[in-house]
Amino acid sequence: MNSAVVVFPGSNCDRDLATAIRLVTGKAPAMVWHRDTELPADTGLIAIPGGFSYGDYLRSGAMAARSPIMTAVAEAAGRGVPVLGICNGFQVLTEAGLLPGALMRNAGLHFVCRTVGLKVENSQSLFTAAYRSGEEIAVPVAHHDGNYQADPDTLDRLEGEGRVAFRYTGEVNGSARNIAGILNAQGNVLGMMPHPERVVEDAHGGTDGRRLFEGLLEAVAA
Amino acid sequence: MKARVFVTLKPGVLDPQGKAIHHALEGLGFGGVQDVRAGKLIELELADVTSEEAIAEMCRKLLANTVIENFRIEQVESAG
Repeated sequence: MNSAVVVFPGSNCDRDLATAIRLVTGKAPAMVWHRDTELPADTGLIAIPGGFSYGDYLRSGAMAARSPIMTAVAEAAGRGVPVLGICNGFQVLTEAGLLPGALMRNAGLHFVCRTVGLKVENSQSLFTAAYRSGEEIAVPVAHHDGNYQADPDTLDRLEGEGRVAFRYTGEVNGSARNIAGILNAQGNVLGMMPHPERVVEDAHGGTDGRRLFEGLLEAVAA
Repeated sequence: MKARVFVTLKPGVLDPQGKAIHHALEGLGFGGVQDVRAGKLIELELADVTSEEAIAEMCRKLLANTVIENFRIEQVESAG
């Protein structure tokens, strides 16, 4: 599978993400710079990494969401190409309007950096097919603005349509209904605050993130 | 011309920063503070022909995240 990792000034999980994708797919992703206006042809997965794009100026993800490459990302997402946004990538996707809601300052105001429990709420998506519904996994978070908020109607809709992919098993950052990751209506865009790319090898202390990439590879190939 | 854009959280949206400021004020002994909401002030230096609608478009497209924030535009006449 051909994949692309979008790199903004201030991205800092881009190489971890590329390593995880290469490990699972056997092929290194194209690293696409924010000023590029096109993705490589036949890109089968777009990954938007964590970090502090543009220094989190204005709002986390706000500047990155308006950078040139995002027009191509939105166009590809509209065609059904899977888009995975992790941490700052999730913030970018909400700011770009590809996912609903917003990620606000953590309710406790502290930067939270630890491994948290996640419950897989929906194992029917492109991204979660290798997990079991209701399964609990351990994945690290590292963020200051991970407090997911949306109006109650949007939250009800997300839950009703099975678009909550992951939920925290305990309190982490104040997120509405403990939401850690959500899908778009078509199911091909996932945004999540935890970092699955940081738990793909035994040396990481856990491998619970690996199945996200494996499941995705299988789903895309199918 | 100059315009000031005030970006504030919508009513009802939790404002952890405002809350922290509130606690700090209380810690300093200032009584009678009932609530604190923090926002942003963005000053724009603009060509004189810039319409209010154009500024509002800047707010909707970038300066404010209208999912959680409101904006208010104040146009300031430049001197001379």
